[in-house]
Amino acid sequence: MPKPLLEVRSLFKHFDVIERGIVGRKKIGIVHAVDGISFDIQRGETVALVGESGCGKTTAAKAILYLEDPTSGEVSFDGVNVFETFKTGDKATRLKLRRSMQMVFQNPYGSLDPRMTIYDIISEAFLVHKHVPKEKWKDSVYEVLKMVNLEEYHAERYPHEFSGGQRQRISIARALAVEPSFVVCDEPVSSLDVSIRAQILNLLAELQKSRGISYLYISHDLSSVRQISHRVAVMYLGQIVEHANTDDLFGKKLHPYTQALVSAVPIPDVEKKTMRILLPGEVPSPINPPQACRFHPRCKYAKDICKTVEPKLEEYESGHFAACHFAKDFM
Amino acid sequence: MPGTLLEIRDLKTYFFTEAGVVKAVDGANVDVKPKETVGLVGESGSGKTVTALSALRIIPRPGKIVTGSVTFDGEDVLAKSEEQMRQLRGAKMAMVFQDPSSSLNPLYTVEKQLSDILMLHRKLSKKEASQRAEYLLDLVGIQAPKTRLKAYPHELSGGMKQRIAIARALSCEPSLLFADEPTTNLDVTVQAQVLELMKKLQHDLGMSMVMITHDMGIIADMTERVTIMYAGRVMEAADTKTIFHDPKHPYTEALLAAVPRVDQRKILEVIPGNIPNLIEPPPGCVFHPRCKYAKQACIDAVPPLEEVGKGHWAACVRWKEIRLRGV
Repeated sequence: MPKPLLEVRSLFKHFDVIERGIVGRKKIGIVHAVDGISFDIQRGETVALVGESGCGKTTAAKAILYLEDPTSGEVSFDGVNVFETFKTGDKATRLKLRRSMQMVFQNPYGSLDPRMTIYDIISEAFLVHKHVPKEKWKDSVYEVLKMVNLEEYHAERYPHEFSGGQRQRISIARALAVEPSFVVCDEPVSSLDVSIRAQILNLLAELQKSRGISYLYISHDLSSVRQISHRVAVMYLGQIVEHANTDDLFGKKLHPYTQALVSAVPIPDVEKKTMRILLPGEVPSPINPPQACRFHPRCKYAKDICKTVEPKLEEYESGHFAACHFAKDFM
Repeated sequence: MPGTLLEIRDLKTYFFTEAGVVKAVDGANVDVKPKETVGLVGESGSGKTVTALSALRIIPRPGKIVTGSVTFDGEDVLAKSEEQMRQLRGAKMAMVFQDPSSSLNPLYTVEKQLSDILMLHRKLSKKEASQRAEYLLDLVGIQAPKTRLKAYPHELSGGMKQRIAIARALSCEPSLLFADEPTTNLDVTVQAQVLELMKKLQHDLGMSMVMITHDMGIIADMTERVTIMYAGRVMEAADTKTIFHDPKHPYTEALLAAVPRVDQRKILEVIPGNIPNLIEPPPGCVFHPRCKYAKQACIDAVPPLEEVGKGHWAACVRWKEIRLRGV
C-alpha cells in the first residue's frame, strides 16, 4: 500500500469543565471529546467519520487541521508533522501547509461573510497565500467559480443573493481556490434541501476525480456516506468503534453500535422494511463516559467482560477493524 | 367525501409581505381518513407546514387564507369563531413541531405544560391533571416520570423534549395529529425511537396522523398515502406504494432518483436549478424550469390535478405521454 497522505495517530482532545464561583474558577471535570483515534487517508480517497451529535467527529476534524489545539497525538500530512509545523514553524511553512489542507463548513449561511462579494471572498485566498499574481485574480476567481458550476457574473454578488446550495458551492470554491490536496467537509449537505444535496455530492465526487483531492467527510447521514466515501470510521463517545471499506462496513457490521446506527436509517423504498434495532436510553455524557466498552450500557450483547475490559480496535478481516469483544460472532 | 376526517380543498394561503405576496400555499388538496397516516412531502418553501398551520388556523402574520375550504369531522373549520377554534385545537387536532426546544416553554416545568391543557380541555383538577401528566410521560417512554415532571425543558435532551412535545399533543387524545418534521433535529438512533413510538401510539389510540417531512425514507416507513408538494402546490397524491413504484409526476421521479440510500450505492440524478421564488413563481407548471420533460404546454397553463388512476392524482399535462421510473 502506498504511503497515506494523512496519518492520524492516537489523537486526543479534552476540554476542561470549569465552574465559575465567587472566588475563582475550579476545574470540575473533563469532556473526553476525542479519545485516542487513529486512521489514514490515501491520496484521492474519501474517508467518512460518522456518528451522532456529541461523538466528537467535528472536534476530531478541527484538531486534525489544528483549528483546535489537540491535547495529544500526532498527525502527519504528506510526511509533515502538522502540529509541530503550526506550533513552531515559521509563517511561510505554516501557510504552505494550510494551503494544502482546507475545510468546508456545515452551514453556508454562517461561513460566508455577508459584507463581502463572492469575488472578495474567493480572492482573499490569493491575498493570503500570494500564489496568484494580482493581474490574474479575476481569471482565477472565474476559473474556480466554473469548477463549481457557477457563472462569472456571480462574482459581483453578495452571499445573501444566493440559495443554500449555491452558497455551499461558493464555500467549496473558496476551499479550492488555494488548490488543496485535502479538504475536510463537515456535514456539507445536511442543511440543504433534498433536491440540492445530490448536486453537491456529485460535485464533490467530480472534483475528486478531476483533481485527485482527498476528503475527510464528516456526517451523521449514513445514506450520503454510503454514496460518497471509500472508507468509513464510526465514532461513539470520542472513539472509533468500527472502521472498514464502505461496502464491507455496510455489508458486514461487526460492532453492535454500527448495526443499530445503520438499521435506524429509513430506506426510501416501500419494499424494504428494515428491522430497526432500538437502542435503550441515550448517549451517555462524555464527561463521565462508561468504563471499559463505552457502548456496553446500551448494548444488548453486553457481557461481564464488556464492563471490565476495554475492547481494542482489532483487524478482523483485511482492512476491517472493530472494537468489540464479540465481533467474531457477527462475522 | 364521506368517511374523511380532514378534507382540505383548493386551499390558498398567502403572506402579504412588503416585498410582495408570497403564495406559500397555492391550491392544496389533502384528504385524511380516520386512523390513517398521510405523508406530506416537500422541500423548504413547498407549503407543507403552512398547509397544516392553515388547517389549525394558526398562520403567523402577515399570512391569510385567501380561498379554499377545510372540513374537519364534517364541520367547516374556516367558519368557526376563534373561541370555537380554541376548543378544537389541542383537543381534537393537535400538532407536534419540528424543534422541541422552541415549542416547549422554557419557563414552565414539564408538569405545568402538560397539565394546563388537561385542565383547560378536560376540566381536570390540578391533582388529576398531574396524575394524567405522569401517565402520559410513561406512555411516551420516559423513565422515572415522576421526577421528570418537575424538570424544566433545558434539563432534558432533544429526544426527551420531543417525547414531551408528543405527550402534550396526545394529552387530550386528538383524532388528528399533525407531526411537522418531528425527528429532523434528532439523531438517527433517537429518530428511530421516536418514530417507533409514534407508530405505536397512533395504533393504540386509533388516531389519524399527517406526517410532514422531506425524508422519503420516513414516508416509505410510516405512511399509507402521500401528498407531494412543490412551491405551494400539490404535484401528486396517491397511496405510498404507488408513489414509489409508479410515479406520474416528474418531480416525484426526480426526488426519488436524487436521494441517496443507505442500503446501496446508486447514481444520484441531479435536479438542476433551485427552488422557485414564491412571490413570482414560474408561469404554468411551477416545476417546469427544472423538469427534463418540460414543453411549451407546461409554460402556457397551470396543469390541473387530474385523476390518473384509482385514488392517484397528478398535476402534469404530459402524464399520458411520458414514462416515469419509480424505485
